[in-house]
Amino acid sequence: MKRTLGIIVLLASVGLSQRASAQSPNELRWGGDAEGGSPFVEADPNDPARVVGFEVEIASILAEGLGRTPRFLQVGFTSLDAAAARGDFDVGLSGIEDSPARRSRLAVTIPYYQFREVLTIRDADAATYRTLQDLRGRRVATLGATLAYDLLVDAQTKFDVVPVVYEDDVHPYTDLILGRVDAVLLDDVLAERGVRRNPGLVNQPTDVGTGYYVGITAPEHAALRDQMNEILLRAMKDGRLETIFRRWNMWNDEQPRLYARLLSGATPQSGEQPSAQQLSGWEAAVRYLPALGRAAVVTFVLSCLSMTLAVLVGVLTASGRVYGPPPLRVLLTGWVELIRGTPLLLQLFVLYFGLAVVVELPAFIAALIGLGLNYAAYESEIYRGALEAVPPGQLDAARALGLSERQTLVLVRGPQAFRLALPPMTNDFVALLKDSSLVSVITVVELTKETSIFAANIGSWLLPGAMCAAMYLALSLPLARLARRLERAWKK
Amino acid sequence: MAVLEVSGLEVSRGARSLVQNVSFTVERGESVTIMGASGSGKTSVLRAIAGLDPIAAGHIDIDGVRIRPGHVLIGHARRALYRRVGMVFQFHHLFEHLTALHNVWLAPVHVLNQPRKDAERKALELLEQMGIAARAHAMPRELSGGEAQRVAIARALAMGPQVLLMDEPTASLDPARRGDLAAILRHLADRGCALLTASHDEDFVRSCAHRVLTMAEGRMNVIAG
Repeated sequence: MKRTLGIIVLLASVGLSQRASAQSPNELRWGGDAEGGSPFVEADPNDPARVVGFEVEIASILAEGLGRTPRFLQVGFTSLDAAAARGDFDVGLSGIEDSPARRSRLAVTIPYYQFREVLTIRDADAATYRTLQDLRGRRVATLGATLAYDLLVDAQTKFDVVPVVYEDDVHPYTDLILGRVDAVLLDDVLAERGVRRNPGLVNQPTDVGTGYYVGITAPEHAALRDQMNEILLRAMKDGRLETIFRRWNMWNDEQPRLYARLLSGATPQSGEQPSAQQLSGWEAAVRYLPALGRAAVVTFVLSCLSMTLAVLVGVLTASGRVYGPPPLRVLLTGWVELIRGTPLLLQLFVLYFGLAVVVELPAFIAALIGLGLNYAAYESEIYRGALEAVPPGQLDAARALGLSERQTLVLVRGPQAFRLALPPMTNDFVALLKDSSLVSVITVVELTKETSIFAANIGSWLLPGAMCAAMYLALSLPLARLARRLERAWKK
Repeated sequence: MAVLEVSGLEVSRGARSLVQNVSFTVERGESVTIMGASGSGKTSVLRAIAGLDPIAAGHIDIDGVRIRPGHVLIGHARRALYRRVGMVFQFHHLFEHLTALHNVWLAPVHVLNQPRKDAERKALELLEQMGIAARAHAMPRELSGGEAQRVAIARALAMGPQVLLMDEPTASLDPARRGDLAAILRHLADRGCALLTASHDEDFVRSCAHRVLTMAEGRMNVIAG
């Protein structure tokens, strides 16, 4: 009894001390995405446990001003807003753009860096594509949920430009070299890095837009935000920010002008602009409905085509494994295990980016092949099981009537196996419908991706999530009903 | 004249011997029954004649087609065999996904390349002869044991066999239906079909067998004529 009590006390004290450390007033927990890389935040090449970058140094200045120690928290770029709203960290610093949506949802610091949106193109096109207007009907890459993306969507209606959305800021530039896109629109910090890393690319001098990097924190931390603003202003005045940006080769004429405006008490314009993002929920829903509808069509068409491919390849694989000679069976078993045993996400990356050196698949085709072949492995197992579940008496009867092996498969065994396979197939098709959301990593904008762009723009997942769920259900429920009706017809 | 001649037949599965040195003949229009307890080897003999399992020794002659040891019939010889021998299984094994009628015309169309219309018409005639034309469009799971058996007989007869093999034909029938079956088989024998049945139902055997062979532990004794 005494011992039990002791253990409880011990556990309680451990729990308390952990809570205490998580909320330590001596630490400034700051969130960022180290995948964003240099010059923002990246793992120190000399010591991967540490992070380096200009954001790291700004976090140090903030921590120092607050009398705290900085502690870095890795948060995926697209999750930074939600994590800030939840209070997972005190401040988020990761090349986060100032936007009205952010201001309405979060406490946002004053800007500490002004960037320009820049068009990057191949050297050969330098004279052809100077502005977005020149890129009529062309594919232009960018990151989702950014100012650049909003500019591209605007250019889509105005100039018929085709926006291509990436989830990272490296592949837009490599795909530009490959010719999968004809331009990249991103901020000058990313564009400079893209051009440095990829010979053969050039940045156009024209400004397409202007924006600011800010820190974000939970709305209830407004007092902390005000303190941080004071610290940032001091660092602008005494040149510490300039030192940092000079060190990272990011200093230019725009920054002193920004600092002067801020120090004279002005707030930069982008935060004040009345904007489309400050819509009521219904207005936003009506505005995004057509885009979500188009994305749902992409999801549906991609899923249907992928499932067709999966069924065809699955049938061939299963037949090979049941009827084929031993070496073929071993080969097919190995193939099925390889596909089932590795993540679909990895397969998509390899197909689209990895194989690009050998064959440049268009994104939709890569998505179709990736999903189709992945599901074919699962389908083939279902069909193999179903073929083997057809009673041997049925095969004896077919042979006793003189049907050949092939006729037996096509006329007797196959049709009966198909009935057994239908329920798990329906299951797989519904799963594929949802797994198709993974293809957004290779720039196919389907339903989930469009929803996350929508959510980022209005700063809430509630309405977009509900609309997205309703669309997935509208696609999957009729399918389930059709399958049930078929099953009933066969059982009659 | 013997349409079926089995000589020195041996059948084994792996190391286990199922049938040893079995020899007999069946004439046209003759109804022969093999009797014996379960596991005596009756079914193995029928399956060997139907070409479903390979034989280990001896040979089987069916109207000019010979089945030899270790030899799987292919191509022309295979098709020739299935035009001569029909088999009705103990549990019928009707194709579960097809109607009674479709079960009957499937093989004539796909194996004998008969036009589908002709095959369907003949199939319906056969079902009429068996007294179940009314059930032509029923699925196998909707048929009683007796109905399923008659569809299975029609299916075998649709290929125009000279030898009809039946495994435990009375197993799924009540006494009244057994009488009907005996009448059908007598009618077939009268038309010149050779019948070879495996059964352990003595009443049935008395009512329709011209000759009885008995088997025990894979061997055969001839006891009655």
